[in-house]
Amino acid sequence: MNQPFLKVEGLKKVFPSPGGAPDVTVFENIHFGFEKGEFVCIIGHSGCGKSTILNVLAGLDEATAGNVFMDGREVKGPSLDRGVVFQSHALMPWLTVMENVAFAVSSRWKDWNKEQVRTHCMKYIELVGLGHAADKKPHQLSGGMKQRVGIARAFAIEPKMLLMDEPFGALDALTRGVIQDELVKICDATHQTVFMITHDVDEAILLADKIVLMSNGPLAKIAEIVENPLPHPRVRQEIHHDPQFYAVRNHLVDFLVSRSKLIAQGELSSDYDPLHPPVIRPVVEALKLAA
Amino acid sequence: MKASLTLRASMVSALILVVFLGAWQLATLPTGGGAVYADPEYAAMMGGAATQASSMPTPGVVGSTILSQLSNPFYDNGPNDKGIGIQLAYSLSRVLAGFLLAAIVAVPLGFVIGMSPLMYKALNPYIQIMKPISPLAWMPLALYTIKDASLSSIFVIFICSIWPMMINTAHGVASVKKDWLNVARTLEVSAFRTAMQVILPAAAPTILTGMRISMGIAWLVIVAAEMLVGGTGIGYFVWNEWNNLNLSNVIFAIFMIGAVGMLLDMVFGVLAKLVSYQE
Repeated sequence: MNQPFLKVEGLKKVFPSPGGAPDVTVFENIHFGFEKGEFVCIIGHSGCGKSTILNVLAGLDEATAGNVFMDGREVKGPSLDRGVVFQSHALMPWLTVMENVAFAVSSRWKDWNKEQVRTHCMKYIELVGLGHAADKKPHQLSGGMKQRVGIARAFAIEPKMLLMDEPFGALDALTRGVIQDELVKICDATHQTVFMITHDVDEAILLADKIVLMSNGPLAKIAEIVENPLPHPRVRQEIHHDPQFYAVRNHLVDFLVSRSKLIAQGELSSDYDPLHPPVIRPVVEALKLAA
Repeated sequence: MKASLTLRASMVSALILVVFLGAWQLATLPTGGGAVYADPEYAAMMGGAATQASSMPTPGVVGSTILSQLSNPFYDNGPNDKGIGIQLAYSLSRVLAGFLLAAIVAVPLGFVIGMSPLMYKALNPYIQIMKPISPLAWMPLALYTIKDASLSSIFVIFICSIWPMMINTAHGVASVKKDWLNVARTLEVSAFRTAMQVILPAAAPTILTGMRISMGIAWLVIVAAEMLVGGTGIGYFVWNEWNNLNLSNVIFAIFMIGAVGMLLDMVFGVLAKLVSYQE
């Protein structure tokens, strides 16, 4: 059988409780996978363990049980194959933009000379539109610019997979829109494989090819995997004119508002199989009737 | 138009100085022949000094002492009469030697304590009991084991500088942001490179604050230590001039101790600025 590029098998995380209280199982029996070049978003309420799953994929956290395979190899510990964009940008404040990116690039290609590193860094700094700010320190940049440096740093090491933990969570709506557009452009150009956490339904529809929905924790499950019916290239200003847009959007909002809670209370369809979570492709009612 | 804050502040500073010098002058004025009785024979023996109400030197006398001492700071007329420059150089060299030895021990050890909760817990009781010991209390032990006065005062500086540096280094290292360490981990950066390029610059401002505190304490302690062991140094100079009853030299030495201490602190202020970063 063909193995997917990234495969998550039976992931489980238990957090010990202090003072003899029973341990909390945040999630268990998590199975999913996706292919190279896909953009995958994971959506769920706080406490369902999305961040933990991302950290396990990054190798920064260890699951209580289960395995992750990427490109046929088991994920054990952090690796340059997986770039991470942190929610709080995680730039080192004593380094300039260029030095922050160069720190990553020289870790990836240890034998490169200064000029090679500089040229390579500049390419990615310009990709996120910060060529003019390359020699500035992070405190001289706005929140959005800092996050763009974080994205440039992650892209610059050309990882096999990019992991993003709510990268735009701390930004205002306007800035978020601008960076989302840039991300769409970069991903269309590079076909980067991305796994991203978000709380923003519109962001997921704009960016993702697949959207993984998690029910509420504890004992969170992968409720379903939604395939985004909107075709590439997706443009933020136009996608809401696509009749499919509201079908997907309503489906996702319904899930977050009510179904995520109901599933956590046990209302699962009888044929639910955690090994193969249902794959849904929301369609407009009118099209359904026509079919 | 209002003068700038700096200008107004320096005017107030100058005023305080004038008031202080005026009060000093008044307090040390000779009160004249009538006020104090002196035996005529004694007066003849002592000259004018017998009729003076106070043997505290006037600002003028201290001023001329400062001028004459500073105009020839490096003379050497034998063990009991050396210029202030030589004495300060002795003290500074002891402080620097003790301080550097302490830094060599304290910074790496602080790193270990900051990175390992186990080592922190294991070493904490020793640090807590060693920290409040007055460094001079070590002097007899130092003299007995080292058997050299000068080396003993270096040891005393070492033992008093080590704690603030170690505690601050540990604190700085322990509070390095987890995100920065995670960045290094995801980039597969070696432990040594992480320590040098992530933890060290991140903790540098805290480490430098510790060094600044240590240097301040070391400069306080060296005066007392040299009074105790004698021989050379600014502390010995103060005590020697007290034995000579030369109060104007004592006041001059106090002034120099303050000035050098301020300069040392300023050096660390500049260093702290170099390694500081804004988040």
